[in-house]
Amino acid sequence: MKGNFGSFVKKESLHILRDKRTMLVVMLIPVVLMLLFGFAISTEVNNINVAVVASNRTDGVKDAVEQISQNEYFTFCGYISPDQIDSKLRSSEVGAVVVFAADYDRRVEQASKGIPSKPLIQLIVDASNVNTAGSATAYLQNILLKSDAQQAMFETRMLFNPQLKSAYNFVPGIMGLIFILVCAMMTSVSIVREKEVGTMEVLLVSPVRPVKIIFAKMIPYFTISCIVLVMILLLARYLLGVPMSGGIWGIFSLSLLYLVLSLSLGLLISTIAQTQIAALLMSAMVLMMPILMLSGLLFPIENLPSFFQVLSNIIPARWYIDAMRKMMIQGDAITAVWHNCAILLGMTIALLGISLKKFNDKLE
Amino acid sequence: MNAIEIHNLSKSYGKVQALKNISFEVQQGELFGLIGPDGAGKSTLFRLLTTLLNPDEGSAKIDGLDMVKDYRLIRSRVGYMPGRFSLYPDLSVEENLQFFAALFGVKIEDSYDLIAPIYSQIEPFRTRKAGKLSGGMKQKLALSCALIHRPSVLFLDEPTTGVDAVSRNEFWDMLATLKTQGITIFVSTPYMDEASRCDRIALCNEGSILSIDTPQGIVQHFDAPIYGIRANNMLALLESARNAQGVIDCYPSGEWHHLVANTNFDVSKFESEFNHMDDFIIKSIEPTIEDVFIKLMKR
Repeated sequence: MKGNFGSFVKKESLHILRDKRTMLVVMLIPVVLMLLFGFAISTEVNNINVAVVASNRTDGVKDAVEQISQNEYFTFCGYISPDQIDSKLRSSEVGAVVVFAADYDRRVEQASKGIPSKPLIQLIVDASNVNTAGSATAYLQNILLKSDAQQAMFETRMLFNPQLKSAYNFVPGIMGLIFILVCAMMTSVSIVREKEVGTMEVLLVSPVRPVKIIFAKMIPYFTISCIVLVMILLLARYLLGVPMSGGIWGIFSLSLLYLVLSLSLGLLISTIAQTQIAALLMSAMVLMMPILMLSGLLFPIENLPSFFQVLSNIIPARWYIDAMRKMMIQGDAITAVWHNCAILLGMTIALLGISLKKFNDKLE
Repeated sequence: MNAIEIHNLSKSYGKVQALKNISFEVQQGELFGLIGPDGAGKSTLFRLLTTLLNPDEGSAKIDGLDMVKDYRLIRSRVGYMPGRFSLYPDLSVEENLQFFAALFGVKIEDSYDLIAPIYSQIEPFRTRKAGKLSGGMKQKLALSCALIHRPSVLFLDEPTTGVDAVSRNEFWDMLATLKTQGITIFVSTPYMDEASRCDRIALCNEGSILSIDTPQGIVQHFDAPIYGIRANNMLALLESARNAQGVIDCYPSGEWHHLVANTNFDVSKFESEFNHMDDFIIKSIEPTIEDVFIKLMKR
């Protein structure tokens, strides 16, 4: 029976290898997504035009403006008068305006002596893009506070991802998404295809237990996923420079667990869906949407309404992405994310159990 | 021992009763035909007998094994060719055969003598993808795959549907050859003209068996006089013949209309009534299985 199993795997691999287009898509999507999120789509703030309003261009003011114009994130667009502020922002000529108080130097001096004073700088920011506005404000505050050593009463330091590189954040998210795509969607579609074409009928009327055929189906997809995993890890490390300081073996083994979990999800879908389209839609709606919305990939879980926060607990990708962030970016070892591992392991066992129980060796 | 024994088998899909209390036997080594139109419940019966479905009521034994209790054993002993093409179109002829051999844990060489008369015809195309074969060749490959493990009972669900007339004829020749090897063959078809190639046939319609006998026996049971009529205007002939005295039924059958009469029917009177139609001909004919089927269906 051993050689038997090998020939099933061979047959399944032939199906995949002959479907060159799908093969190409599976191999290309991860690379494209990595490059897209890594370079093109970024939440980083770049080249924000800043105008300055200062009635007295004192040395202190000039010093501060110098700091802004030297910063790579901002472009200094010159001094403007107070009544120009609104029109400049409205026409999007500038993204932020820094207004210095007329007695800026005096107030700085007072503040350095510990005398409480009114605000000495006003930031007016175009907040039509919330992300940009937030980051711009934070950066500007940082620069302006630092511009005067005496003003630096507190200092913010970004740990783990000091440049706030968005690629760092997206890599674990993309991994959470890709493996569901490759494993769950493709396996469920390939199993359901046998039902739709009618070959499942012939397979069932044979002495081989269908579970064996199903596992033989999973092996090639598991192999492809492993290749994709290695590809993503290499790209992340050497192209995007993700630190992966938590230990490559921990990252790798948790990912393998997640692959098995995705395969079980695919199997579960295949027991429910009767047509390939249904399997595809189910994978897209039941798996992709929640992963995009509720896993922390696009939106931080803490920002979700409380109902969705609770709901996000049952999304496997949430736990995987969270653990990956910790291991890839913060440098935690796998032991530090043991409860994520435990939850994922529990989910895998439950999903595998349910789908094997649900898998029917009759037609109804 | 009978190869197939069916006792009071019933199966419903929701409110639709696909099979209604069916009972019959198929003897070992018999070529048994299940004849009926689409929707008669043929495929449902095949799926029940190949243990793909469980019956609502009744039972059946395949090769002496109970269809519910021993379904795993049955699955290793029967060969099944479903109604639609059920091979892998992206695999080659050879790869399909190899896969099915592996599925049943046998080597192609061990069964080659059995499949050789069929497989040798498609062997020149063994590297061709199964999806690119013609209808007749697809059926030959499917039959080879269904035979690869030397089944004791072969289930063929509408094997000749969608196949050209020459290939259909060849296919029935192949079945006759297989029969000589002692394999019981249970085959269904919507084509009445294929029924005569079977040892015995069961006529079925709307989930019930109408009659079971040898093809000759079935025809002999036709107890009414039957005539073939034709004229230039076939439609007008059909309409007026149906209203003529002593006519039970009149329906088109190929180039002729078949006319089933009762004992009151007077041929010469009918002939004189219709002689005004151009090229009118009436002749006494032998009933076909189709005539029997139509008669049973209308009862």
